[in-house]
Amino acid sequence: MFEVYRAILMRDLTLALRRRSDVFITLFFFVVVVSLFPLGIGPEMDTLRMIAPGVVWVAALLSSMLALERLFTVDFDDGALEQMLLAPQPMFILVLGKVTAHWLITGIPLVLMSPLMGLQYDLSGNALLVLLVSLLLGTPALSLIGAIGAALTLGLRGGGVLVSLLVLPLSIPVLIFGAGAVEASVSGLGEQGHLYMMGAILVLALLFAPLATLAALRISAE
Amino acid sequence: MSSRILNWFKFSSPATFYPLAGRIGVWSMVIAVVLIVVGLYMSFFVAPTDYKQGEGYRIIYVHVPAAWMSMFIYLVMAFWSVLGIIYNTRLSAMMTSALAPTGAMFAFLSLWTGAFWGKPMWGTWWVWDARLTSALILFFLYLGYIALQGAIDDTRRSDRAGALLVLVGVVNIPIIYFSVKWWNTLHQGATIKMSGEASMDPVMLWTMLIMTFGFWAYAIATAMSRVRSIILERERETTWVSELPEVRG
Amino acid sequence: MLEVVELECMRGDRRLFTGLSFKLEPGELLHLHGRNGSGKTTLMRTVCGLIRPSAGEILWDGEGIWDQGDDFNRDLVYIGHKNGIKDDLNGIENLRICSVLDGVQINESQAWDALEKMGLRGHEDLPARVLSQGQKRRVTLARLLTHDAKLWVLDEPFTALDKAAVEFLQSVIRDHVANGGMVILTTHQEVNLTRGHPKQLQLGWKGEGDV
Repeated sequence: MFEVYRAILMRDLTLALRRRSDVFITLFFFVVVVSLFPLGIGPEMDTLRMIAPGVVWVAALLSSMLALERLFTVDFDDGALEQMLLAPQPMFILVLGKVTAHWLITGIPLVLMSPLMGLQYDLSGNALLVLLVSLLLGTPALSLIGAIGAALTLGLRGGGVLVSLLVLPLSIPVLIFGAGAVEASVSGLGEQGHLYMMGAILVLALLFAPLATLAALRISAE
Repeated sequence: MSSRILNWFKFSSPATFYPLAGRIGVWSMVIAVVLIVVGLYMSFFVAPTDYKQGEGYRIIYVHVPAAWMSMFIYLVMAFWSVLGIIYNTRLSAMMTSALAPTGAMFAFLSLWTGAFWGKPMWGTWWVWDARLTSALILFFLYLGYIALQGAIDDTRRSDRAGALLVLVGVVNIPIIYFSVKWWNTLHQGATIKMSGEASMDPVMLWTMLIMTFGFWAYAIATAMSRVRSIILERERETTWVSELPEVRG
Repeated sequence: MLEVVELECMRGDRRLFTGLSFKLEPGELLHLHGRNGSGKTTLMRTVCGLIRPSAGEILWDGEGIWDQGDDFNRDLVYIGHKNGIKDDLNGIENLRICSVLDGVQINESQAWDALEKMGLRGHEDLPARVLSQGQKRRVTLARLLTHDAKLWVLDEPFTALDKAAVEFLQSVIRDHVANGGMVILTTHQEVNLTRGHPKQLQLGWKGEGDV
């Protein structure tokens, strides 16, 4: 079972390495969106420090939406997906493998880039660390929840926009606790409660989202 | 027991349900009109003026029932989705998609009337109150469902994908509601408490209930008429549809 | 043994076929006929379990395929219109990932071997992107050589193949049937499939379904 997980993971990572532009597009989008906010709001550092957690988190949310469309589309188009559905392997593991790869490719670069983005907003060292940890817990949950939407809209016209419409309302809890953790740390309230909640959300998403994704894939691949 | 189950399944066939839906639809519409007229009359002329909020409060006779219905209809959609997934009945998916526009309408109505109520009471059209925010998210969930249904051409796929989406939504609603509430208490500034419902005048309560039942009947009536057109559209190839007087005529 | 009982399939609102029944015993080949749009692909995908039929049952060794899950999948290879290979991986990588999914372990030399038999010598380590349609099809079909499944469901396996490859694939199919395997296939090409009598199934007339 673990071997299949590893095989799918390695396959998707290899494919991503051979098409590096996909990785960079997501990351670039994230950086641009975060850098645009000060231009719209003004350079006052006090304001920027206040909105930083929300801005970075919303940008992370949007970038992960952007990347979702490609999660299953390529496999769907070239027929690899139907072969996976027919494989005598627990499909749950295959979905988990694909989502893990997706997170490593699109989520981890955002997480690593986020402290740099936080610096643009003059966040303190501790807040930067909390931002990093909150994204580390939150982005896999976003990938897992997003996978449901990506599977439901597979092969549909305007799939990309539709995914956002379906998934964004469902990712509100992640946004609230993620940005909340950083805010709480900035205002000295302590971020632990929020981070525990994010951990809980991640565990729930790990248990249930792949099942829903799998059901959606079966429906869409018919 | 088994005969009763069979009886129920009889009505899950579109051909038998179609005329029944017509009758239910007409009667619900009559009930809805009567109740809503009575309810509106009571809310404008009979219910006493609120001692704190003045005349402006009267909009809650539309607002609160609409908000209740928007939540209730989503639960009913979830119920039909579960039935559809377990028993694979075609009718359940038709009911789900027939209910969605009405649910979205009520969600929108509750947001809109909420804004009208908020302006005189809170001095602003919109407040990031936990209830308002949750209502907005519920509205988004309805829109997502409708958009997904619209994007899928194949009816089988749209039925099953829609059912799955509604279920995912229903599982998430408590989590979303809880997190929005928590988020709201952390940002205490904007919160304004609604006046307690416990001290409600009996006339006010009755008006509210009559309006709720009126909306309920309206929801059933619109869902029935919508489900009838969905049945006609999907079963247009069958003989029973071509033998219907309204189709032949 | 594969048994299809009173199968009905819908595409959108249209009923493709209804009341379709047939049996396939070990060592038998079923050749599906029918014009475009008569439901051949839908029938094959339904038999594989990709599509849920609107009525009827599909039994594998006497048990419904939806109830046994992986046991049926282990006995099945489906080759559809889409090749199911990744453009950015080379033939060896594609074949090996397919075999991991199929649950058959092959090492690298077995993969080289299978591709060579399919006539891809010298192209094994090129990314599938640069291969021709026929060569991609050969990579896909190489799965048949590495797999020990009993039931092969082949949707237009001969498309894009040149004469030599068609010949070779026919012999592979013949061997599989001779060794007690089962094959369901469609093709528009005239091919010489078995020495015995392949079963024929014609789709596209109302009330059909007899073999």
